Amino acid sequence: MIAIVDYRAGNLTSVQRALDALGLAESAHVTQSPADIAAADRIIFPGVGAAGEAMDNLRDLGLAGPLRQAVADGKPFLGICIGYQLLFERSEEDSAECLGLFAGRVVRFAAGLREAGSPRPLKIPQMGWNEVRFRGHHPLWEGVPAGSEFYFVHSYYPEPSPDRVCATAVYGIEFAAGAARNNLVGFQFHPEKSGRPGLRLLANFCAWRPC
Amino acid sequence: MLSKRIIPCLDVHAGRTTKGVKFVNNIDVGDPVEMARHYYEEGADELVFYDITASAEGRGILLDVVRRVAAEIFIPFAVGGGLNSLDDLRAVLLAGAEKVSVNTGAIRNPGIIAEGARAFGRQCVVLGMDVLRVGVSAGTPSGYEVVTHGGRRRTGRDALAWAREAEALGAGEICLNSIDADGTRGGYEIALTRLISTAVGIPVIASGGAGTPEHLVEVLTEGCADAALVASMVHFGGCRIRDLKAFLAGRGVKVRAQW
Repeated sequence: MIAIVDYRAGNLTSVQRALDALGLAESAHVTQSPADIAAADRIIFPGVGAAGEAMDNLRDLGLAGPLRQAVADGKPFLGICIGYQLLFERSEEDSAECLGLFAGRVVRFAAGLREAGSPRPLKIPQMGWNEVRFRGHHPLWEGVPAGSEFYFVHSYYPEPSPDRVCATAVYGIEFAAGAARNNLVGFQFHPEKSGRPGLRLLANFCAWRPC
Repeated sequence: MLSKRIIPCLDVHAGRTTKGVKFVNNIDVGDPVEMARHYYEEGADELVFYDITASAEGRGILLDVVRRVAAEIFIPFAVGGGLNSLDDLRAVLLAGAEKVSVNTGAIRNPGIIAEGARAFGRQCVVLGMDVLRVGVSAGTPSGYEVVTHGGRRRTGRDALAWAREAEALGAGEICLNSIDADGTRGGYEIALTRLISTAVGIPVIASGGAGTPEHLVEVLTEGCADAALVASMVHFGGCRIRDLKAFLAGRGVKVRAQW
Protein backbone atom coordinates (compact mmCIF):
# COMPACT_ATOMS: atom_id res chain seq x y z
CA MET A 1 0.00 0.00 0.00
CA ILE A 2 1.17 3.51 -0.86
CA ALA A 3 0.13 5.97 1.84
CA ILE A 4 -0.41 9.56 0.66
CA VAL A 5 -0.17 11.46 3.92
CA ASP A 6 -3.02 13.86 4.59
CA TYR A 7 -2.19 16.38 7.29
CA ARG A 8 -4.64 19.04 6.10
CA ALA A 9 -1.93 20.67 3.97
CA GLY A 10 -3.76 21.56 0.81
CA ASN A 11 -4.86 19.69 -2.24
CA LEU A 12 -3.72 16.07 -1.93
CA THR A 13 -6.14 14.75 -4.49
CA SER A 14 -3.76 15.78 -7.27
CA VAL A 15 -1.18 13.20 -6.14
CA GLN A 16 -3.90 10.58 -5.88
CA ARG A 17 -5.14 11.42 -9.38
CA ALA A 18 -1.62 11.19 -10.82
CA LEU A 19 -1.24 7.73 -9.29
CA ASP A 20 -4.69 6.81 -10.66
CA ALA A 21 -3.47 7.77 -14.12
CA LEU A 22 -0.43 5.51 -13.59
CA GLY A 23 -2.74 2.59 -12.89
CA LEU A 24 -2.02 2.62 -9.16
CA ALA A 25 -5.50 3.59 -7.98
CA GLU A 26 -5.94 0.32 -6.12
CA SER A 27 -2.77 0.56 -4.06
CA ALA A 28 -2.69 4.29 -3.21
CA HIS A 29 -4.68 5.76 -0.33
CA VAL A 30 -4.92 9.23 1.10
CA THR A 31 -4.78 8.80 4.86
CA GLN A 32 -4.45 10.67 8.15
CA SER A 33 -4.05 7.51 10.20
CA PRO A 34 -0.78 6.62 12.00
CA ALA A 35 -1.78 2.94 11.72
CA ASP A 36 -2.05 3.21 7.90
CA ILE A 37 1.39 4.80 7.74
CA ALA A 38 2.79 1.99 9.88
CA ALA A 39 1.15 -0.57 7.59
CA ALA A 40 2.12 1.10 4.27
CA ASP A 41 5.07 -0.12 2.21
CA ARG A 42 5.79 3.29 0.78
CA ILE A 43 4.96 6.84 1.73
CA ILE A 44 4.24 10.00 -0.26
CA PHE A 45 4.35 13.10 1.89
CA PRO A 46 2.97 15.99 -0.21
CA GLY A 47 1.43 19.30 0.74
CA VAL A 48 1.29 23.02 0.20
CA GLY A 49 0.99 25.77 2.76
CA ALA A 50 3.04 27.15 5.62
CA ALA A 51 5.62 25.16 7.60
CA GLY A 52 4.42 26.15 11.07
CA GLU A 53 0.83 25.11 10.56
CA ALA A 54 1.87 21.96 8.70
CA MET A 55 4.08 20.86 11.62
CA ASP A 56 1.30 21.69 14.10
CA ASN A 57 -1.09 19.52 12.08
CA LEU A 58 1.42 16.66 11.94
CA ARG A 59 1.80 16.74 15.72
CA ASP A 60 -1.95 17.06 16.36
CA LEU A 61 -2.59 14.04 14.16
CA GLY A 62 0.18 12.06 15.85
CA LEU A 63 1.98 11.59 12.52
CA ALA A 64 5.51 12.86 13.21
CA GLY A 65 6.57 9.67 15.02
CA PRO A 66 5.10 7.22 12.47
CA LEU A 67 6.69 9.18 9.59
CA ARG A 68 10.15 9.07 11.24
CA GLN A 69 9.62 5.38 11.90
CA ALA A 70 8.71 4.67 8.26
CA VAL A 71 11.96 6.30 7.16
CA ALA A 72 13.94 4.36 9.81
CA ASP A 73 12.30 1.13 8.62
CA GLY A 74 13.70 1.70 5.14
CA LYS A 75 10.37 2.29 3.40
CA PRO A 76 10.62 4.31 0.18
CA PHE A 77 9.62 7.81 1.24
CA LEU A 78 8.92 10.80 -1.05
CA GLY A 79 8.45 14.35 0.24
CA ILE A 80 6.93 16.91 -2.14
CA CYS A 81 7.02 20.73 -1.78
CA ILE A 82 6.19 21.53 1.85
CA GLY A 83 6.53 17.77 2.51
CA TYR A 84 10.14 18.07 1.28
CA GLN A 85 10.85 21.12 3.42
CA LEU A 86 9.47 19.47 6.56
CA LEU A 87 12.11 16.72 6.26
CA PHE A 88 14.76 19.22 7.36
CA GLU A 89 15.67 20.34 10.88
CA ARG A 90 13.96 23.69 10.87
CA SER A 91 12.35 26.29 8.65
CA GLU A 92 12.71 30.05 8.63
CA GLU A 93 9.00 30.09 7.86
CA ASP A 94 7.22 30.50 11.21
CA SER A 95 10.56 29.44 12.85
CA ALA A 96 9.14 25.91 12.66
CA GLU A 97 10.95 22.93 14.15
CA CYS A 98 10.64 20.23 11.52
CA LEU A 99 11.23 16.46 11.31
CA GLY A 100 15.03 16.53 11.17
CA LEU A 101 15.37 13.62 8.73
CA PHE A 102 17.83 15.68 6.69
CA ALA A 103 20.44 17.97 8.26
CA GLY A 104 19.99 21.60 7.32
CA ARG A 105 17.38 24.31 7.39
CA VAL A 106 14.83 25.85 5.07
CA VAL A 107 15.37 29.48 4.08
CA ARG A 108 13.48 32.12 2.10
CA PHE A 109 14.55 33.40 -1.30
CA ALA A 110 16.33 36.67 -0.54
CA ALA A 111 14.47 39.81 -1.58
CA GLY A 112 16.01 41.44 -4.63
CA LEU A 113 17.35 38.26 -6.27
CA ARG A 114 17.87 38.82 -9.98
CA GLU A 115 18.56 36.74 -13.04
CA ALA A 116 21.95 37.56 -14.55
CA GLY A 117 21.60 40.63 -16.76
CA SER A 118 18.07 41.51 -15.62
CA PRO A 119 17.39 44.89 -14.03
CA ARG A 120 14.27 43.68 -12.21
CA PRO A 121 14.08 41.65 -9.01
CA LEU A 122 12.66 38.15 -9.33
CA LYS A 123 9.16 37.59 -8.08
CA ILE A 124 8.57 35.58 -4.95
CA PRO A 125 7.09 32.96 -4.87
CA GLN A 126 8.84 31.27 -7.73
CA MET A 127 5.79 30.12 -9.63
CA GLY A 128 6.09 28.13 -12.82
CA TRP A 129 8.28 25.75 -14.80
CA ASN A 130 11.99 25.51 -14.20
CA GLU A 131 14.65 23.13 -15.43
CA VAL A 132 15.82 20.59 -12.87
CA ARG A 133 19.31 19.11 -13.11
CA PHE A 134 19.45 15.69 -11.52
CA ARG A 135 22.76 14.52 -10.12
CA GLY A 136 24.34 11.13 -10.53
CA HIS A 137 22.35 7.99 -11.16
CA HIS A 138 19.21 7.27 -9.24
CA PRO A 139 16.40 4.86 -10.13
CA LEU A 140 13.95 7.78 -9.79
CA TRP A 141 15.29 9.69 -12.79
CA GLU A 142 15.47 6.79 -15.14
CA GLY A 143 13.68 7.75 -18.34
CA VAL A 144 13.30 11.41 -17.35
CA PRO A 145 14.83 13.36 -20.26
CA ALA A 146 17.74 15.66 -19.45
CA GLY A 147 16.61 19.28 -19.47
CA SER A 148 13.07 18.45 -18.32
CA GLU A 149 11.23 21.25 -16.56
CA PHE A 150 9.08 20.82 -13.49
CA TYR A 151 6.40 22.96 -11.87
CA PHE A 152 7.45 24.93 -8.79
CA VAL A 153 5.46 27.10 -6.39
CA HIS A 154 7.46 28.18 -3.36
CA SER A 155 9.07 31.04 -1.46
CA TYR A 156 11.35 28.87 0.69
CA TYR A 157 13.91 26.20 -0.17
CA PRO A 158 16.00 23.77 1.90
CA GLU A 159 19.76 23.91 2.29
CA PRO A 160 20.85 20.27 2.62
CA SER A 161 24.44 19.24 3.24
CA PRO A 162 26.11 19.10 -0.19
CA ASP A 163 26.34 15.29 -0.29
CA ARG A 164 22.53 15.00 0.01
CA VAL A 165 21.67 17.32 -2.88
CA CYS A 166 20.29 15.16 -5.70
CA ALA A 167 18.79 17.83 -7.95
CA THR A 168 19.30 21.54 -8.49
CA ALA A 169 17.49 24.41 -10.17
CA VAL A 170 18.36 28.06 -10.65
CA TYR A 171 16.18 30.96 -9.55
CA GLY A 172 18.55 33.88 -9.12
CA ILE A 173 20.72 31.41 -7.20
CA GLU A 174 21.24 27.69 -7.58
CA PHE A 175 19.24 25.84 -4.93
CA ALA A 176 18.56 22.22 -3.94
CA ALA A 177 15.44 21.20 -5.89
CA GLY A 178 15.82 17.75 -4.39
CA ALA A 179 17.63 15.82 -1.67
CA ALA A 180 18.14 12.09 -1.23
CA ARG A 181 19.55 9.65 1.29
CA ASN A 182 19.02 5.88 1.15
CA ASN A 183 15.24 5.30 1.03
CA LEU A 184 14.38 8.95 1.50
CA VAL A 185 13.94 11.48 -1.30
CA GLY A 186 12.33 14.90 -1.48
CA PHE A 187 11.56 17.39 -4.24
CA GLN A 188 10.67 21.05 -4.07
CA PHE A 189 8.71 20.88 -7.33
CA HIS A 190 5.39 19.12 -7.92
CA PRO A 191 5.88 15.95 -9.99
CA GLU A 192 2.11 15.43 -9.96
CA LYS A 193 1.68 18.75 -11.82
CA SER A 194 4.70 18.48 -14.11
CA GLY A 195 3.29 16.62 -17.07
CA ARG A 196 4.96 13.53 -18.45
CA PRO A 197 8.39 13.87 -16.79
CA GLY A 198 6.65 14.30 -13.44
CA LEU A 199 4.46 11.24 -13.94
CA ARG A 200 7.56 9.26 -14.89
CA LEU A 201 9.27 10.31 -11.67
CA LEU A 202 6.21 9.22 -9.65
CA ALA A 203 6.01 5.91 -11.50
CA ASN A 204 9.70 5.34 -10.79
CA PHE A 205 9.17 6.13 -7.13
CA CYS A 206 6.31 3.64 -6.89
CA ALA A 207 8.50 0.91 -8.40
CA TRP A 208 11.64 1.85 -6.44
CA ARG A 209 13.30 -0.74 -4.22
CA PRO A 210 16.02 1.07 -2.30
CA CYS A 211 18.93 -1.18 -1.41
CA MET B 1 15.72 30.02 -15.02
CA LEU B 2 11.96 30.18 -14.92
CA SER B 3 10.11 29.76 -18.19
CA LYS B 4 7.42 32.17 -19.34
CA ARG B 5 4.09 30.37 -19.24
CA ILE B 6 1.62 30.06 -22.10
CA ILE B 7 -1.89 29.60 -20.70
CA PRO B 8 -4.90 28.81 -22.86
CA CYS B 9 -8.10 30.21 -21.37
CA LEU B 10 -11.35 28.30 -21.81
CA ASP B 11 -14.65 30.04 -21.19
CA VAL B 12 -17.16 27.49 -19.99
CA HIS B 13 -20.90 27.92 -20.30
CA ALA B 14 -23.24 25.08 -19.30
CA GLY B 15 -20.38 22.60 -19.52
CA ARG B 16 -19.24 23.70 -22.97
CA THR B 17 -16.36 25.89 -24.08
CA THR B 18 -17.03 29.26 -25.66
CA LYS B 19 -15.03 32.30 -26.64
CA GLY B 20 -16.59 35.65 -27.03
CA VAL B 21 -15.47 38.78 -28.72
CA LYS B 22 -15.56 41.40 -25.99
CA PHE B 23 -17.76 39.05 -23.99
CA VAL B 24 -20.71 39.08 -26.36
CA ASN B 25 -21.86 36.74 -29.13
CA ASN B 26 -20.29 33.71 -27.52
CA ILE B 27 -19.85 30.84 -29.87
CA ASP B 28 -19.40 27.24 -28.88
CA VAL B 29 -16.00 25.84 -29.71
CA GLY B 30 -16.11 22.53 -27.94
CA ASP B 31 -15.89 20.20 -25.04
CA PRO B 32 -13.70 21.62 -22.25
CA VAL B 33 -12.29 18.26 -21.20
CA GLU B 34 -11.28 17.40 -24.74
CA MET B 35 -9.79 20.83 -25.26
CA ALA B 36 -7.88 20.61 -21.98
CA ARG B 37 -6.43 17.26 -23.00
CA HIS B 38 -5.49 18.68 -26.40
CA TYR B 39 -3.70 21.71 -24.95
CA TYR B 40 -1.94 19.55 -22.36
CA GLU B 41 -0.57 17.34 -25.15
CA GLU B 42 0.39 20.43 -27.13
CA GLY B 43 2.57 21.80 -24.35
CA ALA B 44 0.36 24.33 -22.58
CA ASP B 45 2.01 25.24 -19.28
CA GLU B 46 -1.20 25.79 -17.38
CA LEU B 47 -4.89 26.25 -18.16
CA VAL B 48 -7.60 28.63 -16.98
CA PHE B 49 -11.29 27.81 -17.00
CA TYR B 50 -13.63 30.69 -16.68
CA ASP B 51 -17.22 29.88 -15.75
CA ILE B 52 -19.42 32.39 -17.51
CA THR B 53 -22.65 30.70 -16.44
CA ALA B 54 -22.40 31.80 -12.81
CA SER B 55 -25.64 30.16 -11.72
CA ALA B 56 -26.19 27.55 -9.05
CA GLU B 57 -27.06 24.98 -11.66
CA GLY B 58 -24.09 25.88 -13.81
CA ARG B 59 -21.79 25.50 -10.83
CA GLY B 60 -22.64 21.82 -10.48
CA ILE B 61 -21.88 21.26 -14.15
CA LEU B 62 -18.65 23.22 -13.83
CA LEU B 63 -17.46 21.14 -10.86
CA ASP B 64 -18.07 18.03 -12.90
CA VAL B 65 -15.94 19.50 -15.71
CA VAL B 66 -13.21 20.34 -13.18
CA ARG B 67 -13.19 16.78 -11.85
CA ARG B 68 -12.96 15.30 -15.34
CA VAL B 69 -10.20 17.70 -16.37
CA ALA B 70 -8.22 16.93 -13.21
CA ALA B 71 -8.25 13.24 -14.06
CA GLU B 72 -6.88 13.91 -17.54
CA ILE B 73 -4.20 16.56 -17.30
CA PHE B 74 -1.17 16.83 -15.03
CA ILE B 75 -0.33 20.49 -15.21
CA PRO B 76 -1.80 23.19 -12.96
CA PHE B 77 -5.11 24.76 -13.86
CA ALA B 78 -7.14 27.59 -12.40
CA VAL B 79 -10.89 28.05 -12.28
CA GLY B 80 -12.68 31.39 -12.02
CA GLY B 81 -16.05 33.00 -12.54
CA GLY B 82 -18.67 33.70 -9.92
CA LEU B 83 -16.57 32.53 -6.96
CA ASN B 84 -17.80 34.59 -4.01
CA SER B 85 -17.29 32.62 -0.82
CA LEU B 86 -14.77 30.40 0.88
CA ASP B 87 -17.11 27.48 0.21
CA ASP B 88 -17.07 28.28 -3.53
CA LEU B 89 -13.27 28.25 -3.50
CA ARG B 90 -13.10 25.04 -1.49
CA ALA B 91 -15.49 23.22 -3.84
CA VAL B 92 -13.41 24.09 -6.89
CA LEU B 93 -10.10 23.17 -5.22
CA LEU B 94 -11.47 19.87 -3.93
CA ALA B 95 -12.72 19.06 -7.41
CA GLY B 96 -9.08 19.21 -8.50
CA ALA B 97 -8.20 22.77 -9.57
CA GLU B 98 -4.78 24.01 -8.47
CA LYS B 99 -5.84 27.64 -8.25
CA VAL B 100 -8.96 29.73 -7.95
CA SER B 101 -9.43 33.07 -9.61
CA VAL B 102 -11.54 35.66 -7.81
CA ASN B 103 -12.68 38.76 -9.62
CA THR B 104 -16.00 40.50 -8.97
CA GLY B 105 -16.33 38.54 -5.70
CA ALA B 106 -13.11 40.15 -4.47
CA ILE B 107 -14.29 43.64 -5.40
CA ARG B 108 -17.48 43.13 -3.41
CA ASN B 109 -15.57 41.55 -0.54
CA PRO B 110 -11.77 41.98 -0.64
CA GLY B 111 -11.62 39.84 2.52
CA ILE B 112 -12.16 36.76 0.34
CA ILE B 113 -8.55 37.10 -0.87
CA ALA B 114 -7.17 37.05 2.66
CA GLU B 115 -9.51 34.26 3.77
CA GLY B 116 -8.67 32.15 0.72
CA ALA B 117 -4.94 32.70 1.20
CA ARG B 118 -5.18 31.71 4.87
CA ALA B 119 -7.28 28.64 4.23
CA PHE B 120 -5.59 27.26 1.12
CA GLY B 121 -2.28 29.11 0.74
CA ARG B 122 -1.65 32.25 -1.26
CA GLN B 123 -0.21 30.28 -4.16
CA CYS B 124 -3.68 29.19 -5.15
CA VAL B 125 -5.46 32.54 -4.95
CA VAL B 126 -5.37 34.41 -8.24
CA LEU B 127 -6.87 37.88 -8.49
CA GLY B 128 -8.54 38.29 -11.83
CA MET B 129 -9.01 41.92 -12.78
CA ASP B 130 -10.75 43.41 -15.79
CA VAL B 131 -9.32 46.81 -16.55
CA LEU B 132 -10.45 49.68 -18.74
CA ARG B 133 -8.31 52.59 -19.93
CA VAL B 134 -10.02 55.71 -18.62
CA GLY B 135 -7.34 58.39 -18.52
CA VAL B 136 -5.64 59.87 -15.50
CA SER B 137 -7.95 61.46 -12.94
CA ALA B 138 -8.01 62.00 -9.20
CA GLY B 139 -9.88 58.71 -8.75
CA THR B 140 -7.75 56.79 -11.23
CA PRO B 141 -4.19 58.14 -10.97
CA SER B 142 -2.85 55.21 -13.02
CA GLY B 143 -5.23 56.00 -15.88
CA TYR B 144 -6.83 52.55 -15.59
CA GLU B 145 -10.00 51.56 -13.79
CA VAL B 146 -11.17 48.18 -12.58
CA VAL B 147 -14.48 47.17 -14.17
CA THR B 148 -16.85 44.23 -13.87
CA HIS B 149 -19.51 42.53 -15.95
CA GLY B 150 -17.34 42.43 -19.03
CA GLY B 151 -16.66 46.14 -18.79
CA ARG B 152 -20.26 47.25 -18.45
CA ARG B 153 -19.91 48.23 -14.82
CA ARG B 154 -17.30 50.66 -13.49
CA THR B 155 -16.05 50.24 -9.93
CA GLY B 156 -14.29 53.56 -9.41
CA ARG B 157 -11.20 51.66 -8.30
CA ASP B 158 -7.78 52.47 -9.66
CA ALA B 159 -6.27 49.37 -11.26
CA LEU B 160 -2.76 49.85 -9.88
CA ALA B 161 -4.00 50.53 -6.36
CA TRP B 162 -6.23 47.45 -6.52
CA ALA B 163 -3.37 45.22 -7.71
CA ARG B 164 -1.21 46.39 -4.81
CA GLU B 165 -4.04 45.98 -2.33
CA ALA B 166 -4.73 42.45 -3.55
CA GLU B 167 -1.07 41.52 -3.19
CA ALA B 168 -1.07 42.88 0.36
CA LEU B 169 -4.23 40.90 1.13
CA GLY B 170 -2.56 37.68 0.04
CA ALA B 171 -3.17 37.14 -3.68
CA GLY B 172 -0.49 34.85 -5.10
CA GLU B 173 -0.85 35.94 -8.69
CA ILE B 174 -2.72 38.46 -10.83
CA CYS B 175 -4.49 37.72 -14.08
CA LEU B 176 -4.74 41.08 -15.76
CA ASN B 177 -7.32 41.38 -18.50
CA SER B 178 -7.51 44.47 -20.67
CA ILE B 179 -11.10 45.09 -21.66
CA ASP B 180 -9.92 47.45 -24.40
CA ALA B 181 -7.84 44.67 -25.99
CA ASP B 182 -9.99 41.64 -25.13
CA GLY B 183 -11.21 39.75 -28.17
CA THR B 184 -9.69 42.20 -30.65
CA ARG B 185 -6.69 39.99 -31.49
CA GLY B 186 -4.84 43.27 -31.96
CA GLY B 187 -2.21 42.70 -29.27
CA TYR B 188 -1.99 42.83 -25.48
CA GLU B 189 -2.07 46.15 -23.76
CA ILE B 190 1.64 46.46 -23.11
CA ALA B 191 1.71 49.69 -21.09
CA LEU B 192 -0.91 48.41 -18.66
CA THR B 193 0.79 45.03 -18.26
CA ARG B 194 4.16 46.61 -17.65
CA LEU B 195 2.69 49.10 -15.19
CA ILE B 196 1.11 46.40 -13.03
CA SER B 197 3.76 43.69 -13.40
CA THR B 198 6.63 45.94 -12.34
CA ALA B 199 4.65 47.37 -9.42
CA VAL B 200 3.89 44.07 -7.65
CA GLY B 201 6.11 41.27 -6.40
CA ILE B 202 3.80 38.46 -7.51
CA PRO B 203 3.51 36.96 -11.00
CA VAL B 204 1.25 38.69 -13.54
CA ILE B 205 -0.54 36.86 -16.34
CA ALA B 206 -1.34 39.13 -19.26
CA SER B 207 -4.75 38.64 -20.84
CA GLY B 208 -6.72 40.12 -23.68
CA GLY B 209 -5.74 40.87 -27.23
CA ALA B 210 -3.48 37.98 -28.30
CA GLY B 211 -3.71 37.55 -32.05
CA THR B 212 -0.24 36.72 -33.33
CA PRO B 213 2.91 35.10 -31.89
CA GLU B 214 4.57 38.51 -32.05
CA HIS B 215 2.02 39.80 -29.52
CA LEU B 216 3.24 37.22 -27.00
CA VAL B 217 6.86 38.21 -27.54
CA GLU B 218 5.91 41.84 -26.86
CA VAL B 219 3.99 41.21 -23.67
CA LEU B 220 6.53 38.75 -22.25
CA THR B 221 9.47 41.09 -22.89
CA GLU B 222 8.40 44.77 -23.06
CA GLY B 223 5.26 44.08 -21.05
CA CYS B 224 7.22 42.25 -18.29
CA ALA B 225 4.45 39.65 -17.99
CA ASP B 226 5.30 36.34 -16.34
CA ALA B 227 2.75 34.45 -18.38
CA ALA B 228 0.44 35.06 -21.33
CA LEU B 229 -3.16 34.01 -21.65
CA VAL B 230 -4.28 32.93 -25.12
CA ALA B 231 -7.74 32.09 -26.34
CA SER B 232 -9.15 32.79 -29.84
CA MET B 233 -5.80 32.47 -31.57
CA VAL B 234 -5.40 28.88 -30.40
CA HIS B 235 -9.05 27.82 -30.11
CA PHE B 236 -9.81 28.37 -33.76
CA GLY B 237 -6.85 26.41 -35.01
CA GLY B 238 -4.96 29.34 -36.46
CA CYS B 239 -2.07 28.83 -34.11
CA ARG B 240 -0.72 25.80 -32.27
CA ILE B 241 0.79 26.03 -28.81
CA ARG B 242 3.85 24.08 -29.88
CA ASP B 243 4.50 26.44 -32.81
CA LEU B 244 3.91 29.42 -30.57
CA LYS B 245 6.55 28.11 -28.16
CA ALA B 246 9.03 27.43 -30.94
CA PHE B 247 8.50 30.99 -32.17
CA LEU B 248 9.03 32.44 -28.69
CA ALA B 249 12.18 30.35 -28.15
CA GLY B 250 13.50 31.58 -31.49
CA ARG B 251 12.99 35.15 -30.29
CA GLY B 252 14.95 34.51 -27.11
CA VAL B 253 11.98 34.13 -24.76
CA LYS B 254 12.56 31.28 -22.31
CA VAL B 255 9.72 28.77 -22.60
CA ARG B 256 9.27 25.14 -21.59
CA ALA B 257 10.63 23.39 -24.65
CA GLN B 258 9.78 19.73 -24.03
CA TRP B 259 6.90 18.02 -22.29
